Amino acid sequence: MLAFLLRRIVVAIPTVILISIFVFGLQKLLPGDPILAMAGEERDPEVIEFLREKYRMNDPVPVQYLAWVKGALTGDLGISLRTNQPVTELIGQKLPVTIQLAVMALIFALVIGIPAGILSAVKKGTITDYIANVVALSGLSIPNFWLGIMLILLVAVNWQLLPASGYVPPGEDLWLSIKTMLMPAFVLGTALAATLMRHTRSAMLGVLKSDYVRTARAKGLAERRVILKHAFRNALTPIVTLTALLFGELIAGAVLTEQIFTIPGFGKLVVDAVFNRDYAVVQGIVLVTALGFIVMNILADAAYFVLNPRLRKQ
Amino acid sequence: MMAQPATAQPATPATIDPQTVVADDPVLAARPENRVWKKFRSHKSAMLGGFLVGFFVLMAVFAPILPIPDPTATDWGAVRKAPSAAHWLGTDEIGRDVLARLVWGARASLMAGVVSVGIAVAFGVPLGILAGYFGGWTDGIISRCTEALLAVPFLILAIALAAFLGPSLTNAMIAIGLSATPVFVRLTRGQVISVKAEDYVEGAHAIGLSTPKILSRYIFPNILPPVLVQATLTIATAIIAEASLSFLGLGQQPPAPSWGSMLNTAKNFLAQAPWMAMWPGIAIFLVVLGFNLLGDGLRDALDPREH
Repeated sequence: MLAFLLRRIVVAIPTVILISIFVFGLQKLLPGDPILAMAGEERDPEVIEFLREKYRMNDPVPVQYLAWVKGALTGDLGISLRTNQPVTELIGQKLPVTIQLAVMALIFALVIGIPAGILSAVKKGTITDYIANVVALSGLSIPNFWLGIMLILLVAVNWQLLPASGYVPPGEDLWLSIKTMLMPAFVLGTALAATLMRHTRSAMLGVLKSDYVRTARAKGLAERRVILKHAFRNALTPIVTLTALLFGELIAGAVLTEQIFTIPGFGKLVVDAVFNRDYAVVQGIVLVTALGFIVMNILADAAYFVLNPRLRKQ
Repeated sequence: MMAQPATAQPATPATIDPQTVVADDPVLAARPENRVWKKFRSHKSAMLGGFLVGFFVLMAVFAPILPIPDPTATDWGAVRKAPSAAHWLGTDEIGRDVLARLVWGARASLMAGVVSVGIAVAFGVPLGILAGYFGGWTDGIISRCTEALLAVPFLILAIALAAFLGPSLTNAMIAIGLSATPVFVRLTRGQVISVKAEDYVEGAHAIGLSTPKILSRYIFPNILPPVLVQATLTIATAIIAEASLSFLGLGQQPPAPSWGSMLNTAKNFLAQAPWMAMWPGIAIFLVVLGFNLLGDGLRDALDPREH
């Protein structure tokens, strides 16, 4: 297992290096000279020269890149132009909020998507299957920011059942925190539930045709036991790995969800940074998200390794 | 003047129904394109998808001649009016007709979907062919770059690119197109590797055909179906991405209409004018659903295992 993980980490290194080049290169896309923008209206030559030295703009690009990587490796991703806080500190503050949203969304997705997928596969070709497929495809086609707006209108404005927006830390008031997060988590979870449903259905359909399921039925086992113990357990492997890979979708979806429900998380941070031309924060977020995705990828492989006995024996 | 040969015209051209010919003639019926079309036509949801997409395409194409008001014309006497005979879908916060903006907004959405996928295909397919066909270092470099880009979530990448390029519909399309490119590189590479191992490609090598000829005659036509399916499904993703970027203010800029920017404004007037938020969302949902159904139908029709 350790050797397997080490091999996966080594394979990921070139990808991480390329991501760092890409993230560093983003600032080179900026039209004009960023130092002139930083120097303000006066554009005092001394200030410009000081800033050029400070940000190593007089150095060749590869030297600038290496200095940036050195900083990134020690946790220094620069300073936010807007708040004057270190980018790492800002991300560290906002990430737990998004993780809470992502975990709750994932719970919604798993609770809706997996049973719907099993039901749809077991009842293949029936009206239940048809309805589950239509609902799943609709879930994939609804823009989640619109779903959020409509839910605010119905649940918060018209029915006044849940708060329309905002965030309460779980440490402050756990119940209110969960209540405030319910709508955003549902919005974020719907598209994932649809993806999970389609994959569960497809994995279950494959397994239900297999010999061991036929044997289990021939032995006279109860259908419920055949489905849950024999079929679902074997269909679970691809579902577990897919769930780990949904991390990217969760983070991307959080950008819009947090914007609509005014949640002060990672997604809102990136949007605020974009509009305030806080490029160091945008770079930091892209880098951290990509690294997070790679870690989740490695964990997904590890889960596959643990769940698949044939792979373990190799 | 030369006389026409006697065999140039078929005996009874007007009485032949091409579909009957296809169904009756085993040779014609067995032709892959006829089989695919027959399968596609029998796929009800794919036909519904085709209808939805066709409806929005016609709406976008004929927007200038439809009897609707100017989508940018403001009317301060009709601010946030509910749907009525004068304004079928109501008016917005500065009295513009929501239906007119919806119809013209279809142009931005469809254009963003098609152009950004065009960019992704234009870059992704050749790079995928290079990686899959030549292998070795070329494959190594292209594949590692693709993996790196795939590690950044699609929307985060598009937002970051749009932020650095500057907010506009063109830049949003470039950002979405570049963000979708890695998917096409990976798909094409995989397809090329599997087609390259086929006997007919080895045969083409054996008779000494040049690489460009092998690529254009044997590889490209065989990788086209999955690319087409992926392109259709990616148009759906790209339309949502454009709406998301416009919603955030990084896409189409006011006063030009786009469904995403309409929703961005609408969220500030939810209690007073809910119709402003309802219609653009329904439009995005229907057009995206249309492309998803069409893509699913194409995948089933083009999948040889389904026949």
